[in-house]
Amino acid sequence: MIELQQVNKVYDDGFHALKDINLTIKKGELTVFIGPSGCGKSTTMKMINRLITPSSGKVLINGKDISEQNPVELRRNIGYVIQNVGLFPHMTIARNVAVVPHLKKWEQDRIQPRVEELMRMVNLDPEVYRDRYPSELSGGQQQRIGVIRALAADPDIILMDEPFSALDPISREQLQEELSRLQEELHKTIIFVTHDMDEAIKIADTIVMMKDGEVVQTGSPESILRYPANDFVRTFIGQKRMEEGPQGEPLRLSTVDDVMVTQPATTYPSRGLAEAVKIMEGRRVDSLFVVDRFRKLLGIVSIYRVLNMFNEENKTVGDVMRPIGYQVAPGTPLPVAIEMMSNHRLTNLAVVDDDGRLLGLITRGSIVKHLNEVYPTIVEQFASSLGEEA
Amino acid sequence: MGNYEWSIADLLAYMSRNSGMLWEYFVSHVVMVLSGLGLAIVIGLPLGIWCSKNERLAKFILGITGVLQVVPSLALLVLLMLVLGLGSTTVIIGLLFYSLNPIVRNTYVGLKQVNPSYIEAGRGIGMSPLQLLMKVRFPLALTYIMTGLRIAAVIAIGVVTIAPMVGGEGLGREIYAGINNQNPLRIYAGAIPAALLAIVADIVLGYFQRKLKFDERKHKRQGNKKISTT
Repeated sequence: MIELQQVNKVYDDGFHALKDINLTIKKGELTVFIGPSGCGKSTTMKMINRLITPSSGKVLINGKDISEQNPVELRRNIGYVIQNVGLFPHMTIARNVAVVPHLKKWEQDRIQPRVEELMRMVNLDPEVYRDRYPSELSGGQQQRIGVIRALAADPDIILMDEPFSALDPISREQLQEELSRLQEELHKTIIFVTHDMDEAIKIADTIVMMKDGEVVQTGSPESILRYPANDFVRTFIGQKRMEEGPQGEPLRLSTVDDVMVTQPATTYPSRGLAEAVKIMEGRRVDSLFVVDRFRKLLGIVSIYRVLNMFNEENKTVGDVMRPIGYQVAPGTPLPVAIEMMSNHRLTNLAVVDDDGRLLGLITRGSIVKHLNEVYPTIVEQFASSLGEEA
Repeated sequence: MGNYEWSIADLLAYMSRNSGMLWEYFVSHVVMVLSGLGLAIVIGLPLGIWCSKNERLAKFILGITGVLQVVPSLALLVLLMLVLGLGSTTVIIGLLFYSLNPIVRNTYVGLKQVNPSYIEAGRGIGMSPLQLLMKVRFPLALTYIMTGLRIAAVIAIGVVTIAPMVGGEGLGREIYAGINNQNPLRIYAGAIPAALLAIVADIVLGYFQRKLKFDERKHKRQGNKKISTT
C-alpha cells in the first residue's frame, strides 16, 4: 500500500505544483492518475520513487516513510516505465531488460532465463530479438521491452509515465490489452499516468482525476462515469452536454458535424490494390474513400471489389472505385442523415463541403458513440424537469 | 632550392638510405603525439565531466582551454621553453595545451547532448550517479569524444613538426635540416610521412567516431551466432 499524506510541492519560482495531496493506493491494483497536462499527475507519481521530493508531507510505502530510505535502493525495487524512448540505444534488448537485475547483482545464470521468460510473456521471441538493438524494433515492440524491463527484478510496485502515448493507435490498444492481461496474472501495484480517458477506463481499477495540483475525484471507472463530481470531470470524461438555446428555446439538434469521424480512412486513385488492402487492414475498415491531393472526394472502393480485381496487378484504386451514391453537407441535422442511411441501407455516409472536399464520415459506430455521450445528460435533464413539475 | 634537380626515385633512394634515422624520427614523432594526447585525455575527460555538471565552471574551463588553443603554436612552445627548458617535455606539455580544448569541449557537449529520457530512465530504475555516467551518459557521448580526439590528434601531429625549435625530436628535424641545407629531398622525407600520419590518424579515428555512434545501433546479422550473455 502506498500513502501520500499532505504532500505539497512548491518550486523555487513559487509555482505551487501540488496542493495537499492525500491519497491511498491499494496494493495489487492498477491506479491511473489522469488529468490535463500540468495538473501534477506525473509529479505525484515521481514522488513515489523519489525522483521528485515533496516540499512538505510524507510518502509511505507499506507504512515506511520513503524519505528515510536510500533513493537508489528504493528505485531498484520499483519498476519504472517512461514515455517514448526509455531503452538504452547502446545496449541489446536482452541487456536492456536485464539492467535492473544487473544493478541488483543477480547471478548471471539467473538473469538469462528471467530475460527469456519475460520476452516470451510479451510474445517477443528471445532467439530473434535478444541481440538486437532498440532502434531495430518498432515503437510497440520497444515499449513492450520497456514494460518487461520494469518487471525484470519482480518489483511489487511499478510506475508508468504515459507509457503508450507516443504509439500509434493500434499498437497502443494492443499494449493496453497486454498490460491488462499481465496485470491479471501478476497483481502488481501499478501507478499509470495518462491524459487519455479511454485508456484510463480500459485499464484502471481506480482512477485518480487531477487538476491544477489537486485531486478532483477518486473512484472506479464505473463510478466516475456514473457520478462525475463536477463539470471539469464531466467534460474530461467526454460527456458533451447538449447546449440549451437561450431562454427556453428547444435543445439544439445534433448535426452531422458533431457525429462524424474526422479522420476517415482514405486513399489516392494512383494507389495499387495491394496497398488499398493494407490500409484497410491497418484501419480495420471494409472500404476506403478515394480522394485527390486536395481531399476532393472522387469515389469509394470496398474490400470485395478490390479482392475481385486483385489479380490484375496493374489496376489502381482509380480503376476500380465507384462513384459515391449519397453524401451530406456539413450542418445537416443528424436525424436527416440517419433517415438517409436507414432508407438507403447505407453503412456509412460521407460529409462533403461545397467544394467537394471530404470533411468526415458518419458511421453506425460514430452515431452510437455520440448517443452514448449525449444520452446520460438527456436522462439527467429529463429527471430534473420531472422533479420541477412535481 | 628551385635549381636543384631531383626525382621521386632520388627521394625514395634517399629515404631508404636513411631509413634508420627517419624511422627514429617517426617513432619519436608518434611517441610525442601519443604522450601529449594521452595526457590531454587523462586531464581533459574529468574536466569535461566536471563541466557537464556545472554550467558556470564550464564557461570558465572552456574559456581557459579556448585561449590556450588560440595562442600561436610557436609562441606557446617558446614560452613553455622559457619555463621548462629545451626538450621533449616542453613539446608534450605544449601538445597537452593544444589538445585539451577539443577534448574537454567535446566531452562536455557529448555528455550534455544525451537525450534526457535516457537519463531519466537510468535514474528511475535505480542507477547511482556514477553508474549513470559509466553505463549511460559516457557510452552515449563516445562518438563526440572521439570527434574531439580526432581533431586533437590532427592538430598535435602538425604542431609536433615544430618541436625541433624547442629541442624536441621528431620528423620536424628532417624538415628543418632540409631547410637549412636547402635540400628539398630532406624536406619531403620529413614532411610526407608527417602528412601521411595526420591523414591516417584522421581516417582511423573517423572510423571509430562512426563506429561508436550508438543512437541508431544495429546488430551484425551475418552469421554471427554469438551466444549472448545479456
